[in-house]
Amino acid sequence: MKKIKQSMNINVEYLTRVEGHGNIVVNVKEGRLQECRLDIVESPRFFEGILRGRSIFEAQHITSRICGICACGHSLASIQAAEDALGIAPSAQTVKLRKLLLHMEILDSHILHIYLLAAPDLLGVKSFIPLIETHNKVVRRALRMKKACNDVCGVLVGRHVHPISAIVGGFTKLPKQKDLNAMHNTLTGMRPDMEATIDLISKLKFPEFERDTEYVALVNDGNEYPLLAGDIGSTDGVRMNKREYRKATNEFIVPHSSAKHTKLSRESYAVGALARFNLNYEKLHPNAKETASVLGMKPKCINPYLNTAAQLIESAHCLEDAVAIIEDFQNSGIDYSEEITVGLNEQKKIPVKAGNGVGAVEVPRGILYHNYEIDENGVIVNADCIIPTNQNLNNIERDMHKLVPELLSQNHAKSEEEVTLALEMLVRAYDPCISCSTHMIKVGFVC
Amino acid sequence: MKRPKTAFFDLSCCEGCQLQIANFGESLLDILDIIDVVEFREVMSEKWDKEIDMAIIEGSVTDEHAAERLKRIRERSKIVIAYGSCATIGGVNGMKNSFDLAEIRKYVYGDGYKFFPAAKTKAIHQVVKVDYFVNGCPIYPPEFERVLKNALQGIPYYVPDYAVCVECKLNENVCMYDRGIACLGPVTRAGCNSWCINNGNICYGCRGIVSNPNEKGMKDVISKYGIDMGFIVNKMDMYNKCRELKHEED
Repeated sequence: MKKIKQSMNINVEYLTRVEGHGNIVVNVKEGRLQECRLDIVESPRFFEGILRGRSIFEAQHITSRICGICACGHSLASIQAAEDALGIAPSAQTVKLRKLLLHMEILDSHILHIYLLAAPDLLGVKSFIPLIETHNKVVRRALRMKKACNDVCGVLVGRHVHPISAIVGGFTKLPKQKDLNAMHNTLTGMRPDMEATIDLISKLKFPEFERDTEYVALVNDGNEYPLLAGDIGSTDGVRMNKREYRKATNEFIVPHSSAKHTKLSRESYAVGALARFNLNYEKLHPNAKETASVLGMKPKCINPYLNTAAQLIESAHCLEDAVAIIEDFQNSGIDYSEEITVGLNEQKKIPVKAGNGVGAVEVPRGILYHNYEIDENGVIVNADCIIPTNQNLNNIERDMHKLVPELLSQNHAKSEEEVTLALEMLVRAYDPCISCSTHMIKVGFVC
Repeated sequence: MKRPKTAFFDLSCCEGCQLQIANFGESLLDILDIIDVVEFREVMSEKWDKEIDMAIIEGSVTDEHAAERLKRIRERSKIVIAYGSCATIGGVNGMKNSFDLAEIRKYVYGDGYKFFPAAKTKAIHQVVKVDYFVNGCPIYPPEFERVLKNALQGIPYYVPDYAVCVECKLNENVCMYDRGIACLGPVTRAGCNSWCINNGNICYGCRGIVSNPNEKGMKDVISKYGIDMGFIVNKMDMYNKCRELKHEED
């Protein structure tokens, strides 16, 4: 058969519509897959190295700069690790405000990914730019929703990209009643746009592909969909305390990637919206479950392309839960005596001691771990950050290894362009954040 | 007027400054009415290898590959805009210049560190000529709008060369020093409307140091409040470490 002899050499340099720099390399010789890699070519930025010698109270500010898209997520993981190392517990009000911030982060990032990064593939165009002509209302809706999330973050922490007022110990500025009302109006005003988004995405066709893998996400024993805190859990039955995160990730280096790879019970695992959906579906807000049923999704879903759909389900959850948190504050009020001065701790208001702390937070792309070891002066001695995208890289490559032969053995063997697009879409579905993982993608076919 | 061909590029950075563009909301469409975006890898698959009217570059130069790439972009661009702290002053990427490069590579990547070459971090004007600077980590969108307007009209934009304190006073914030906290506002270039202090935090110096800082004034302030100079310099190095390179290499 003709397709058996097919040879391909795909080399996608600088994968587009992802955050950071990566390349896809595929080499098929006479129908046999020789090589299939996701090269991470981002220049390393050595965050773990530069944190050494810095005050633990500066860690949030610095690590927020690991990523512009999930700056709030890095801040929250960093703060949690720092507070764990210092042995201080945040107040109930602080925890609730942090949950609100995390909801906005996830909503903002998911909207960006669904509309600007993933949807162009599903609509058959190269970017959202041509959509300005052909789908003007859709583009306007996307930008409106994105800005709404940004505006809420602006009120809550000064800005979304590199939040200002969320620090170790609490918040340097707390929302006033009028701020709560403004956030409430913005978010309830987003509901029709959310409905329209669900309607739009439910009509699009995602590629069909399945590969069973281990899904890893935070889990808890309560009724809350765990995002800000929890144990590490997996669909293979793993349950560990966050302090055991190294055992849950088992990082290793591969030469073709400046981002480290990970594994747990099997050869690879996946984190992110689809992993959370698979592990914690029951705890989603009713609107989110309704969205899942409109999209025809049930756990355990093993089509990685549907990570984008899982993001939409989570968007519905985060929007509704954010509104509920704000309404709670509108009713019970905010205790302004909790407002704190900046976290440099020059006034030694927070007692400092030597320690080791771990932060584990579900950020848009999966579990993010920060770990700091500090000396008796609160100076960082060792730092370790494990990024969701790193945890997915190994899994993405395993998907590619299954996908490419499937595409080539179908009745109508796919062209090089089709295979490339399928691979690009697969990688994009994971919404990789390569600046975080260090930077990511390039796909290459050589014939 | 012909819409200038505009391309966004990213070197080593978090891409947060590019993201600030998406946060313009629907008014982004008005901006896209006046510029023709031909390449923007983070959100577009379209590529452009011809002449560029306006190159907006985020990130710092952290290896030879990036320096070469930047030079090639400069060659085919009429206007180069350095966009965000990493590009304008080296930003947080500069912190690694305080360490021995081989040591820090080994610390992060262990025995496999040889796979990951690195050079000292540089701001982009330390490698090629830059026509406009948009400072800040992240950039302050109203300032970007002003730079864009000036660039489109072919007139220069002068980054404010007075201290953040000027804007901070106008915003009626209580001085951080009076709250017992050291702040880099007195030596940092204004233009951000004292964004961080308005939100209860200090200035970290992300817009770079004013060209003629009032050193005596700063020394008076820190001695009045009993703050160690080493503490302040350490703070400055968070964003401004690359300022030293000029003297080393010129």
